[in-house]
Amino acid sequence: MSWGFAWLALLVAAAGFWMGRARGVRFAEAGAHEIGSVHSRPHYHGLFVAILALLPAMALLLLWALLGDRLIAREVLASVPAGGIGATDLDREAFLSEVRGLVRGDYAAAFDPNAEAAAALWKQLAQRWGVVFGLGSVALAAMGALWGWSRLRPQFRARTRVERMTMLLLVVASLVAILTTFGIVASLVFESFRFFELVSPMEFLFGTNWSPQTAMRADQVGSSGAFGAVPLFWGTVFIGAIIAMIVAIPLGLMTAIFLTQYAAPGFRKVAKPVLEVLAGVPTVVYGFFAALTVAPAVRDFAISIGISDASSESALAAGLVMGVMIIPFVSSMADDALTAVPQSMRDGSLAMGATPSETIRKVLIPAALPGIVGGVLLAVSRAIGETMIVVMAAGLAANLTANPFHSVTTVTAQIVALLTGDQEFDSAKTLSAFALGLVLFLVTLALNVYALAVVKTYREAYD
Amino acid sequence: MNDQAFSSVAPAGGTGAEKPKMTARDVRVFYGAFEALKGVSIDISTENVTAFIGPSGCGKSTFLRCLNRMNDTVAGARVEGSIALDGRDIHDPAMDVVQLRARVGMVFQKPNPFPKSIYDNVAYGPRIHGLATKKPELDGIVEQSLRRAGLWDEVKDRLADSGTALSGGQQQRLCIARAIAVNPEVILMDEPASALDPIATARIEELIDELRGRYAIVIVTHNMQQAARVSQKVAFFHLGNMVEYGDTREIFTNPKQSRTKDYITGRYG
Repeated sequence: MSWGFAWLALLVAAAGFWMGRARGVRFAEAGAHEIGSVHSRPHYHGLFVAILALLPAMALLLLWALLGDRLIAREVLASVPAGGIGATDLDREAFLSEVRGLVRGDYAAAFDPNAEAAAALWKQLAQRWGVVFGLGSVALAAMGALWGWSRLRPQFRARTRVERMTMLLLVVASLVAILTTFGIVASLVFESFRFFELVSPMEFLFGTNWSPQTAMRADQVGSSGAFGAVPLFWGTVFIGAIIAMIVAIPLGLMTAIFLTQYAAPGFRKVAKPVLEVLAGVPTVVYGFFAALTVAPAVRDFAISIGISDASSESALAAGLVMGVMIIPFVSSMADDALTAVPQSMRDGSLAMGATPSETIRKVLIPAALPGIVGGVLLAVSRAIGETMIVVMAAGLAANLTANPFHSVTTVTAQIVALLTGDQEFDSAKTLSAFALGLVLFLVTLALNVYALAVVKTYREAYD
Repeated sequence: MNDQAFSSVAPAGGTGAEKPKMTARDVRVFYGAFEALKGVSIDISTENVTAFIGPSGCGKSTFLRCLNRMNDTVAGARVEGSIALDGRDIHDPAMDVVQLRARVGMVFQKPNPFPKSIYDNVAYGPRIHGLATKKPELDGIVEQSLRRAGLWDEVKDRLADSGTALSGGQQQRLCIARAIAVNPEVILMDEPASALDPIATARIEELIDELRGRYAIVIVTHNMQQAARVSQKVAFFHLGNMVEYGDTREIFTNPKQSRTKDYITGRYG
């Protein structure tokens, strides 16, 4: 119903555009194409009228979409005879959801006799209010268009106004993204706060025992619930910042050196996009590669060299695959850093009789070091936030171990485990996921900010 | 190539007083299909500062870069003809490009100190070529090089500071000190003062004069006053040809070629 009115309002706006434009054309003709006799081109007059028609109409329809349901629900509830439904919020919600089901036609018959009448009322109200708001929006559109049209003059600054409204539209669009980010952070902080009411931050940040199973019944045993997250932090650092970087830094750096300093331009043209494809492989694909191929191979290797207690889900397997995943990222950052070193630096070293490898080791890499370090930090921040590989290959046992053949768990893997399946959202177990998420968010944020600052000052040094 | 082959060709503008340090015969450079240099022959001696002048794109920098094979680093560049250092062809497989560049140093248009300390900048060459085995020895080379480049008094108390923190003129003298530190026989300078202010330029010109005789110096410049001030020999390049080569005084007062005359009198360029 309201869609029909939305189309109608749109039609009004379109008509407004044509009328405004036609008037603009008349201004232009009267001005005999003299520059300055008419401020704006005809289509700006049209757009101005159309925007004045569309904006209020759409605002009203949006208001209806957001508040209409609540408006009707209140009236429907008021219509039910006293004592017809329970007094609690829960009862009311149950009643309303039954009514809504009836309105949509989900149920053939009502369970609650009152619901039948309420559903009929609902339909009637929805129709009535829909027409009221719909007609209202069309009327607003027409009024807006008329008002806008009446303001048009040859010297009317329609172009300036349209440009300003375009800018406002863009600002609103970007605000949506920014506000969403703030909303997510706020919810993280809020839920974490609830968690820290149950568990002390000291225990969470410095405790070494992680066993988030809390008792659901008083008589349950063995589920005391320990929330010392140090093993998780360690596992995250061990896999993402140590093992993965041991793989990714040398390989990524050497790739970048080869591609920037040695490779023929033709080869570089092919190899760079191929590397970027590697970066585009979905992480879940790396995940099952890690779980099904690398993890068993790592375990077999460990057993063959005499480590009998090697786990089939090991820190090494997850770290290795994560390292491979990060290689293109590191190499691309290092590539940028090396390319930013001026050619004159390289020429200066070569002209001293240095070999290409001496030039790279003694001049290019030291010169590019800040950029490379920034890139590595960004890679670390990416690795510690990575989820699929560790969920599939690292395991869930919160071990505090430095043995890469043992199973460790990470912050991200635990969050997945804590929030998978049916959960109650008021237990310490579930809330701990938010606290973990908050820590992860703060750490990656700090890493990103610092790394970007390093990279930025470095770029300025050579610009 | 042997000595005979070189001496059999009349040296262009050579004085004959001393055996030339570097000799070039019919050097041609191609960038792809484009012939940037169309057969240049010249002798360069240690006792003179040789200046290459000519309008932009005339091939003077291209030729300079041939003398220590820096054109090797340019993709698609091809060098023909022969260039010899002390009679030995620099393109000879037996002549290592690393050793060649240690003997033929280069100073670039824009000062390009490495992002290292002043000390490490000067010590860079001696270190990679193993010229000093002990720290005091290296200290001595660094001090001597900085003294010769006229920079010692300005930086002796802050050798650990970054070379990039110096002023433009100081940076360029640091680059000259860096080139001197490996004790080269030839120093090539590609418009060494074009990025500097007049005072720093004057300082560099004085320095070039002080270094004359110790090193064979070749300087590319598009500033004719500069060429007149610092050089004893001038080669005029135009459109890939070396039009005229001779004593500086002679070229500037009594050029034989009309193209040279037109250029130095400001008719074009």
